[in-house]
Amino acid sequence: MLLELDDVRVHYGKVEALKGVSLTVEEGEIVSLIGANGAGKSTTLKTISGLRKVSSGHVRFAGEDIGHMPGHRRVERGICQAPEGRGIFPGMSVVENLEMGAYARRGSVRGDTEDDFDRVFQLFPALADRKSQTGGTLSGGEQQMLAIGRALMARPRLLLLDEPSMGLAPKLVSQIFEIITEINGQGTTILVVEQNAAQALARAHRAYVLETGRIVKSAPARSLLEDDDVRAAYLGGRIGT
Amino acid sequence: MLKLINFAHSEIFMIGTFAALFTMHGLGIDHAIGGFALVGALLLCALAAAAASGGAAVVLERVAYRPLRKRGASRLAALISAIGASFFLQEVFALRYGRDTLSFPRILSKTVLFHIGDGAVRTDKVLVVVAALVMMFVLDRFVAATRLGRGIRATAQDPETAVLMGVNIDRVVMLTFLLGGIMAGGGALMYGVLLEQTRFDVGFVLGIKAFTAAVLGGIGNLRGALVGGFALGLIEAYGSSVWGTQWKDVIAFVVLVVVLMFRPTGILGEALERARA
Repeated sequence: MLLELDDVRVHYGKVEALKGVSLTVEEGEIVSLIGANGAGKSTTLKTISGLRKVSSGHVRFAGEDIGHMPGHRRVERGICQAPEGRGIFPGMSVVENLEMGAYARRGSVRGDTEDDFDRVFQLFPALADRKSQTGGTLSGGEQQMLAIGRALMARPRLLLLDEPSMGLAPKLVSQIFEIITEINGQGTTILVVEQNAAQALARAHRAYVLETGRIVKSAPARSLLEDDDVRAAYLGGRIGT
Repeated sequence: MLKLINFAHSEIFMIGTFAALFTMHGLGIDHAIGGFALVGALLLCALAAAAASGGAAVVLERVAYRPLRKRGASRLAALISAIGASFFLQEVFALRYGRDTLSFPRILSKTVLFHIGDGAVRTDKVLVVVAALVMMFVLDRFVAATRLGRGIRATAQDPETAVLMGVNIDRVVMLTFLLGGIMAGGGALMYGVLLEQTRFDVGFVLGIKAFTAAVLGGIGNLRGALVGGFALGLIEAYGSSVWGTQWKDVIAFVVLVVVLMFRPTGILGEALERARA
């Protein structure tokens, strides 16, 4: 088991945002976490990355309890996130943004980022044409590619993606998900949070459904695509791709 | 950086002037010297001033800012905390060293090197201008090209995402304060060499002028601050010659008010905004 959340509770002031979330991610999987706005999807990812404090419960990564570890240390352990809204550094160029992704790397691999740049530009050729452009001037799709590429620069064991499809045209969405599948094929474990449930379920191995801070369903992704409740709530009663 | 202006920076500067002064006393220099002795003495003073200011800045961050940051307090709270720290430091130095002006020994013989028009160019002024330019250049390169510099900019632009990149925010903030303190220490020595005096409240007017320069150039923009400082100096000098030197500070504050009213983003601020849009 690469990642395990065990009865995790998180509070914003007095409001309980996560009410005992338990989930697991195995090495090599794509796991989707779907749910409506405000269900606690982003909070879950932020908690895994250490941006939100756990009130109770455990977060384990590769056998180690990381629930109270500062966020920057978790990146060193191999957890990297492309956050909601992409979090591109607007004043930095594409190359500088990618370099930030490699910030946490230590020792001999710190300066040796050439292969990683090649890999990112191969996955996202659009970025290669915009190397010196500042992040703020990119289109939404390019920013999303940059956010994922930047996370890859850290050579993560676990890649967390928060709503990679947000605000993108359908064609771009399928392109992004194709690349996510490709990244997974290259050996990176992925936990993806999505409102666009159709794509997220089609591409994932397993999925969890989150409602108001609780996991209400957990099953192989394919079977959730056929699930009547899920179809009614998240797929608009039909399956799109 | 961090969208927060350290209003106690003027006291960090003040501490630097005292450190430079005491180092000169400690070295027993009370007359103008030259050659290697002068270079050595200046370097020692710079080191002492930078260490004192840098250290004070780090302590200030730990005591006055970090506890607020951890609690997610508002920027107003940080401002009030800074003003409190500022008064505290001023009073400590006033009580310890008195409220009178303390004189620096003249360790640099101030000879006129050459004239530009009617203006005499003296050694001390050349030294200060050169040193200031070197410091600005080094700082600019540091922030632009080093790993820590990138960490500082990332933290300034988006602290949460910076954490997701593996940036240790606490460390970056501390080092930013250290850096600012070291720069203030360097500035403090230049001030001492140039004006040859200091006092517990020496930082106050300078702090406001530095703020004016930063606003003029565009807050959060290093090169803008340099341009703003230069512009403010020119405006002050020109204004003084027209209305008299006693109006100098008035002119600086009028500039501050006018800029805040009509162009709050500063001279280079717009370029920055566009880059961030």
